Amino acid sequence: MTSFPLPPVDRRTVLAGATAAATAYSTGLSAAGLASGADEQTVTLRVNGQTHALKLEERTTLLDALREHIGLTGTKKGCDHGQCGACTVIVNGRRINSCLTLALMHEGDAVTTIEGLAGRDGQHPMQAAFVKHDAFQCGYCTSGQICSSVAMLDEIKAGIPSHVTEDLNAEPKRTPEEVRERMSGNICRCGAYSNILDAINEVSGAV
Amino acid sequence: MKFTEPAGPNAIDNQTIISRPVSRIDGRLKTSGGAKYGYEQLGPNTGAAYGYVVGAGIAKGKIRSLESSAARAAPGVLAVVTAENAGKLGKGKYNFAPLLAGPEVHHYHQAVALVVADTFEAARSAATLLRIEYAAEKGEFDLQAARARGDGQPAPIEQDPADTSVGDFDGAFAKASIKLDETYSTPDQSHAMMEPHASIAAWDGDQLTLWTSAQMVDWHRSDLAKTLGIEKEKIRLISPFIGGGFGGKLFLRADAVLAALGSRKARRPVKVALPRPLVFNNTTHRPATIQRIRIGAELDGKIVAIAHDSWSGNLDGGPPEGAVAATRLLYAGANRQTATRLAKIDLPEGHSMRAPGEAPGLMALEVAMDEMAEKLKLDPVEFRMMNDTQVDPEKPERKFSLRNLRACLQLGAERFGWSRRPMTPASLREGRLYIGYGMAAAFRNNIAMKSDARVRLGRDGRIVVETDMTDIGTGSYTIIAQTAAETMGVPLSSIDVRLGSSDYPVSCGSGGQFGAVNSTSGVFAACMKLREDIARKLGLPFDSKFEGGRVASGEWRIPVGEAAANGDLVAEDGVEYGDLDKRYQESTFGAHFCEVTVDADTAEMRVRRMLAVCAAGRILNPKTARSQVIGAMTMGVGAALMEELTVDKRAGCFINHDLAAYEVPVNADIPHQDVIFLDELDPIASPMKAKGVAELGLCGVAAAVANAVYNAVGVRVRDYPITLDKLLEKMPIRA
Repeated sequence: MTSFPLPPVDRRTVLAGATAAATAYSTGLSAAGLASGADEQTVTLRVNGQTHALKLEERTTLLDALREHIGLTGTKKGCDHGQCGACTVIVNGRRINSCLTLALMHEGDAVTTIEGLAGRDGQHPMQAAFVKHDAFQCGYCTSGQICSSVAMLDEIKAGIPSHVTEDLNAEPKRTPEEVRERMSGNICRCGAYSNILDAINEVSGAV
Repeated sequence: MKFTEPAGPNAIDNQTIISRPVSRIDGRLKTSGGAKYGYEQLGPNTGAAYGYVVGAGIAKGKIRSLESSAARAAPGVLAVVTAENAGKLGKGKYNFAPLLAGPEVHHYHQAVALVVADTFEAARSAATLLRIEYAAEKGEFDLQAARARGDGQPAPIEQDPADTSVGDFDGAFAKASIKLDETYSTPDQSHAMMEPHASIAAWDGDQLTLWTSAQMVDWHRSDLAKTLGIEKEKIRLISPFIGGGFGGKLFLRADAVLAALGSRKARRPVKVALPRPLVFNNTTHRPATIQRIRIGAELDGKIVAIAHDSWSGNLDGGPPEGAVAATRLLYAGANRQTATRLAKIDLPEGHSMRAPGEAPGLMALEVAMDEMAEKLKLDPVEFRMMNDTQVDPEKPERKFSLRNLRACLQLGAERFGWSRRPMTPASLREGRLYIGYGMAAAFRNNIAMKSDARVRLGRDGRIVVETDMTDIGTGSYTIIAQTAAETMGVPLSSIDVRLGSSDYPVSCGSGGQFGAVNSTSGVFAACMKLREDIARKLGLPFDSKFEGGRVASGEWRIPVGEAAANGDLVAEDGVEYGDLDKRYQESTFGAHFCEVTVDADTAEMRVRRMLAVCAAGRILNPKTARSQVIGAMTMGVGAALMEELTVDKRAGCFINHDLAAYEVPVNADIPHQDVIFLDELDPIASPMKAKGVAELGLCGVAAAVANAVYNAVGVRVRDYPITLDKLLEKMPIRA
C-alpha cells in the first residue's frame, strides 16, 4: 500500500480558506495547503496484456493515465464524476468507472479497454452486435457501453443480483428488465437503449 | 446544381444502395475505440499542454479583481488567460454573450479565465488558486414573474413576425360551441451531449489549427476568426467525430476561443475540454416557455379558431423560443393567431436545442388537442384527422409539397392497437398499475440549405468524397457514401468519405434536421458533375448508364476508373435552392403513440411501449434513420418525465449542472421502440426527394406521454416535466 505524506493542516488555515471562499470566489480549498497530489510516483499497469511502466502524479486518474499518458483514447471522458459511464473499463474482470479511481491504486492490475476487448481476433462479438444493431450514434458512450455489457453479462453469470432481482437466492436471469437495470449506469444521450438491448441479447443468446 | 423545379427521375431512384439498411461505415471505428474525436487528435509526447476553464461565480455584474499570481507561480503553470491580457476580442455572429467575461459578467459560469499548465492535473489545481472578487448586480431570473409584470416584448422568430393573424380569432373564439383556454409551461433543458465541448489549438506562426467538436465547421471557423480578429483563411478547423451536439455545438464556444488564446500565450498546442459541471451554465440551453393556447371548435369537431401565445426569456440579443411555429401550419381553422414575446432574463444564453420551436411548442399544442378532443367527446386520432389540411392554413393558395399526416395517424392507430385505449381515464388497471394510452401528432419543418462537395475519381475506380459536413451520430458518413455509390454506380466499398474539415467545400452542416437531405443533395450534385466529366473523358454520351462499376452506352461498357487513367478526375458542385420552399410549404409529419403505467400508490410512471410513424420523403438509410427517431423518442420521454434545468433564482444559475442532477433517460427508462417510415418521395423538397427526419422523432413525444399519463390516472399536468409529486395529491382513490 502506498502511503501519502500529508502536510500539516491546522484549523486556522482551513478556516481562513473557508472565509475567503465566503467573501471572494474560490473554486476550492487548495490554497489552505492541503496535499496537492502533484508528487510523482511510478506504477505498472497491465493494459490489454501490455505492461506500461508509468511515472504519474499521484492525483492522476486511471482514465487520464489511459487517455493522456498511454494514448488509449477509446475510453472516453464524459463527466469525470462517475455520473455517465463513458469511461467504463474492465479491471481484473470487473467493470469500473475509470474516472473514479487513481491510476496508482492499480499496480499490477489487469485493465481491459475497448481497444483490447477483442484480443487479437479483431472484433469481439459484442462489438459486432453493436454495429449490426446500430446500438450507438455519436459513439462517445459506446466504448463504455460495450465494456459494461461484456462485464455485466459476466456479473449475471456469476449470480450477482441487481436492484430488480426478485429472488436473491435464485440465479439471476438475463431478462430485459435485468439487463436494462444493470446497464443504467451508462448514459446514451443519443438514445440507442432499445438497440443496445437488442445487441446484448444477441450476444447473450437471450430472446 | 440549381434546384428550382421539382426533381424528375434520377440516379437515386434506382435505390440499389441508397434507402437500404446499411450498417454504418464508421461503425467498426466507433466500436473499437479507433474513432478519434477532436480532443484526442494530439496524444502523449506531442508537446500539448492543458487548459482548465474557470467560470464566473455570479450571474450578472463585474469582476472587481482577479488575482492570479499564486496560480501563475504554481508548479507546471505556463499561462493564465483573462480578459485583461487576452487582447481585443470580437464577438461571433452566432454568440450574443462574449465567450470570455471581463470586466462585465453576463451570465453564471461565463468563462473568466483559462489556466494553462503542463498537465491537466496541474492546470486544474492551479485554477483553484485564482482569487476573484465580483461586484454582483441584481438580475432577473424568473420568467413567470417577468411575464406577470408584462415585461415580454414582441419578438420575431428569425424571419417570421412576432404576431400573426388571419381572420377574426376573437370573434370566432367567442362564438365557438366548445372552447379551450389553457396555459402550459416547459422548463429550460440542456443538450447534455456525452462529449463535453472540447478543442485543441495549435499555432504555426499566424496560422491556427483547431481540432474541435463542431456541428457547423464553417460557422465555427468564421466566428473564431471574428472573435480573434484574424482572417478566416488563417484557420484550419477540423471536427472529424462529434460526441453528440443536439444544437449545443452549432456555435463557437469558449473551449475553442480559450484554447486558441492559451496556445498563443503558452506557445504550445493547448487542449481544453469544458469540465462537465461548467457545460450547463457556460454553454447554451433550450429556454423555458410559458404557452397559452386557445382553441374553439364547432360541435362536429371542426376547429374554427386557434391561438397560441408563447413567452420565453433570454439575454440581450438572444432569440425567443419559436414555440408557436407548428401551430401556424399543423391544423386547419379559418381564424388563427400567434404571438411571441421575449423577456430579458439574465440566465445563460438560450439557443437551439433539437427541434427548436416545434419540440416545446408541440409539448403544449398536442396536450391542448387531447384536452379539446375530450371536451368534444371525440377520439384524439379522429379529432386530428378531421382538422387536417393540405394547404398552408394562413395562405390556402400555398400547398404542402407532400403531407401524409392522415396516413401516419391511421397506420399508427392500427399498428399500436389504439382501439384498445380505455375511453375513460383511470379505468384500466393491472394489479397496482394504472394503464394509459396516449398519442400526439408530429410536425417539423424541412429546411433547404446550400451544400457543396468535391468528388475525386482515381485510376483504381475508387471515389473520394470531401465536404465539411459533420457526423454528429446522425450517420452522415454512411448516407453520403450510399449517395455517391448510388449515383456513380459503384459498390459502397469503393467510396471513401472525408468529412469535418475546413479543407473541404462548405456544406450545410448538422442541425435542424437539415443535415442529411442537404448534404446528400450536394454530394449528388457533385457526383452528377463527375459523371459528365467521366463521359466526356471516355467519349461517351452524357446519358450513359453508370452501373456495376462501369460506364455503359450502346455496346460500350468501360470500367469507370479508366476515365482517370491519366490522373484523378475531380468535380466540385453543390445544391442551391430556388423558391420551391416559398411556393410550397415543406414539412415532415408523423404520429407518436405510447402506453404508460402509473403506480396506484407511488404515482411512479413508466413508459411501456412506444411507436412512431414518420413521413419524411425518401428515407436514405432506414437503419440509421430509425436510430435517429428512437433516440429522439428517448429524449421526448426525458422531456415528459424528468428533464428540467432548475433555476436558482438567488444565484441566477441552473443549479443542477451535472449529469447526476440533470436527469436524462437511462436504459431502464426506455422500452422497446417501434418506428415505421411511410414509403413516400418528395420531389419538391430536394433532388434526393428526401426531407429531414431526426427532429421529427422528438416533436410530439412528450405530449403523447403526457396524454397517456392523463389517460392512466385522470390527472392533467400542464407544467413539464410530469414528476410524481405533481400527480400524488390528485391520484384516484384506490378501490
